[in-house]
Amino acid sequence: MIVDPYCLKKLNEERRQRRAVIMLTDLEDGRDRVIRETDPVAGSLGNVIKKAFLTGRSGVAEVEGRSFFLNVYLPSPRLVVIGAVHISEALAPMAKIAGFEMEIIDPRTAFATRERFPDVNVYADWPDGVLQERPLDAYCALAVLSHDPKIDDPALAAALNAGCFYIGALGSRTTHAKRVERLKLLGFNKDQTDSINAPIGLDIGAVGPQEIAVAIIGGIIKSFRSRDNLHKDMN
Amino acid sequence: MTQRLADPLMIAESWMRDGRDVAIATVIETWGSSPRQAGSQLVVDNAGNFEGSVSGGCVESSVIAEAADVIRHGEPIMLEFGVADETAWKVGLSCGGRIKIYVERLG
Repeated sequence: MIVDPYCLKKLNEERRQRRAVIMLTDLEDGRDRVIRETDPVAGSLGNVIKKAFLTGRSGVAEVEGRSFFLNVYLPSPRLVVIGAVHISEALAPMAKIAGFEMEIIDPRTAFATRERFPDVNVYADWPDGVLQERPLDAYCALAVLSHDPKIDDPALAAALNAGCFYIGALGSRTTHAKRVERLKLLGFNKDQTDSINAPIGLDIGAVGPQEIAVAIIGGIIKSFRSRDNLHKDMN
Repeated sequence: MTQRLADPLMIAESWMRDGRDVAIATVIETWGSSPRQAGSQLVVDNAGNFEGSVSGGCVESSVIAEAADVIRHGEPIMLEFGVADETAWKVGLSCGGRIKIYVERLG
């Protein structure tokens, strides 16, 4: 068998749109199939495919006596941080090590400087504008850390609408309760506001910006490896 | 999770658009320590141009040579390189790993 040009075009188009996709090759007859995360596949093959999307690992799988090769293409996950604060400084190297492309958005130009963040893209502008230019999607994590609702809230709304795999918000329970009230006024329902990780990060008793950054990156990885885009509208 | 500079499959598509004959080599399975994991790809055209990698340098030249045959005949082949294999030793995959590479023609 040969690689079908139509399959290659379809595969590449999905990848250009930053959607996860698997090229499933039947090793018996060499036939290829392009599977998107939203495509329903029943039975044991469906389970194998689901697991492959989660781990991002390519490999051979034996299903009901047939050998398949699954080549998994995940979009490179992005981490968008709102607020050029101390936690963001600690997050930058960790995100890089963990394989996330990180960017920071903060309209407060005194905070958002190249010097403080040499290795990440820093946008010294309001989130609305930046996120219109560079839209969020299911393969983005958003962490809002600015402590200013004028800056944080529009980003949270954009992330909820985009179905980001992780949305975390810094602040105490009281702060978050107020935030949830504001988001409800914007029309978001309880399921949506419940999906926000707040207080932000895994509960590891973090003290100080560096440890909070560890808790955040841990929470992001946890969400990434348990994400369920099958139930999301991914148009 | 890192982004690749040159994306082999995007290049394969553009080569195809230019009317070039293309073969795609894919790492199907690896055992032991091998430099590139399953799913890594190398694309080759009929003039021997290539992009991507399947091993980090050790077996590429063999794969490119085999790809020329695949482009000519259209028959896919499964290649295996490993320490037990004399040619593999020669091509340099002596790190204790073994890899299986599937080469097929595009279109």
